Amino acid sequence: MVFKDAALTPEELPKTTPVPDPHGGRLPTGVSLEPLGVHGELTSVARGTALEVERHIVEEEGLSVDPLSEDLMVVNIGPSHPAMHGTFRLKCWLDGETIVKAIPEIGYLHRCFEKMAELHPWQEIFPYTDRLNYMSSFLNNVGYAMAVEKLLGIEIPKRAQRIRVILGELSRIMDHFVCVGTNLVDLGALTNFWYLFRGREEIYSLMEHVSGARMMVAYGRIGGLMRDVHAGFEEEARALLKSLPRYIDDVDRLITDNRIFIDRARGVHAISPEDAIDWGWTGPCLRAAGVAYDVRKAHPYYDYDKFEWQVPVGTTGDVYDRYLVRMEEMRQSLSIVEQALDDLPDGPVNVDDWTIAPPPKDAVYNTIEGMVAHFKLTFEGVQVPAGEVYSYTEGGNGELGFYIVSEGAGLPYRIHCRAPCFAIYQNIGQSLEGCMLSDIVAIVGSLNVIAGELDR
Amino acid sequence: MAEFVLENLRRRFGDALQRVSDDHGDLTVWIGRDRVHEMLVHCKRDPELDFCFCMDVTAVDYLSLGGDPRFAVVYHLYSLKTGKRIRVKTGVPEDDPVVDTAVDVWKATDWFEREVYDMFGIRFEGHPNMKRILCHRDFQGHALRKDYPADLRWKLLRPDDLLDEISTEEMQRIRARVSHPISE
Repeated sequence: MVFKDAALTPEELPKTTPVPDPHGGRLPTGVSLEPLGVHGELTSVARGTALEVERHIVEEEGLSVDPLSEDLMVVNIGPSHPAMHGTFRLKCWLDGETIVKAIPEIGYLHRCFEKMAELHPWQEIFPYTDRLNYMSSFLNNVGYAMAVEKLLGIEIPKRAQRIRVILGELSRIMDHFVCVGTNLVDLGALTNFWYLFRGREEIYSLMEHVSGARMMVAYGRIGGLMRDVHAGFEEEARALLKSLPRYIDDVDRLITDNRIFIDRARGVHAISPEDAIDWGWTGPCLRAAGVAYDVRKAHPYYDYDKFEWQVPVGTTGDVYDRYLVRMEEMRQSLSIVEQALDDLPDGPVNVDDWTIAPPPKDAVYNTIEGMVAHFKLTFEGVQVPAGEVYSYTEGGNGELGFYIVSEGAGLPYRIHCRAPCFAIYQNIGQSLEGCMLSDIVAIVGSLNVIAGELDR
Repeated sequence: MAEFVLENLRRRFGDALQRVSDDHGDLTVWIGRDRVHEMLVHCKRDPELDFCFCMDVTAVDYLSLGGDPRFAVVYHLYSLKTGKRIRVKTGVPEDDPVVDTAVDVWKATDWFEREVYDMFGIRFEGHPNMKRILCHRDFQGHALRKDYPADLRWKLLRPDDLLDEISTEEMQRIRARVSHPISE
């Protein structure tokens, strides 16, 4: 056996096969080709300031250089982030934890609802409206149907009105459930999320029973409803009236006087009534600022003026007031549902006009008039007289408006949806300046921005 | 329809009101685009009218209906005090699609006007940030114009760093204000 104490000669070194270059000889983007200089000198890129490094990277990506990033930290929140409740981006420049500048970018969920609407017959737009504010899709059905009915100059039967009120208010409760529940879970209060989502699930079961779908109900129709409610509807709805207050009360007891929540919510993102009006805010966010504008009270439709209910208003318009207003609105909605159930008349749920609402299947299969009407309605669509109308209802987030221009044909000429979120979210950039980074989740959650409605 | 609103506007604008109609209870007035800003200011500031809300700004492309001028910008105003609504419309020709901005009257029109620009290509003179809002920045054309094909798509090829939304002055103001412990 031979022992060598001297160093191995090059020939004696173990032979290794070279590792293949994963980049195929090319360097990945952002890595400089310059060698690490002699005497421990860094390459030109790594030696430079953070700004120079960024400049090098952004040139590769085709971006412009951000001079603010030398002094400030840049945080992109979203587009896909659990606390953004949808898909939108908020770019923030931070000084420590304070937001110095924030710019929102929206449009990630843009489907051009308005262009699609121009290509479909009037009655086929309902599934698209479901996807505007998908937290309370039935309210969008009602808003759109009302606009077309206004242009047609028809009034729907009493029973259909009542059912629209009942399911609409239950949808509003679902909308507020999601808003309050997710807002609280963002702030770390997970329990409330389970309480409220359980209630939402119960309403979904009713919706499913009524329309066949849980979320995207598409239950509204021009001139009434898709079909009458099922036989046990009233009992199911009354059971909800018994079970839902419990969830609201549970959250109320857990949160309303909760020191942690009050510290995180009170005084955060307060807005004056003048500013809120100037920015076009409507709905719970406006009412939290102390302006008692609710379309259901100001311009009552479907007998909202005959029900006994009140419009809750806040004082400061901060996150805490928005929470309080939503909690009270849910109770008011329950009261409206109860009154509407007490006064639910029998009768048809569609107007008796086969050029607007489809004839009953019995007539379609057994009479020539029914079949002709059915075919004409399916192929040519509802013939809406020429004209224009702006119709407004109270959606989950505020005034949901539909501006419709008709040329008197089976397809709409122009449909514009006035989305309440769009107005509410537009001052987020200015109003976030000076807030803390951790406040963003509380603020965005309390505004209840629904990307489907925001981007349309 | 609110008679007193129409009376008030007739007193102030007289023959400048091009067309007046009552559409399902809402007053619609047409006015030339050279005076539309004046009218919007009047609608908001006049104590009798007091249209404190600008609920919506949108546009209609009347191409298929043979409209002349081609576009109309539509404002929906609402008064909290009187509970009345009004629709103000102004015609905008295709070859010079520009209207005065109303951002100085209601802040709410900021994004509404950007959406109209994005969808119809109507620019609002004096708007602080006349940029697309729903479509991305590599999008070509304006989707809600009647001659825009519904199946035409555009790819977004580069990310948007949003720096074009900060003016040089604002950037300097922010940098001057920020305290930076490392640089001291």
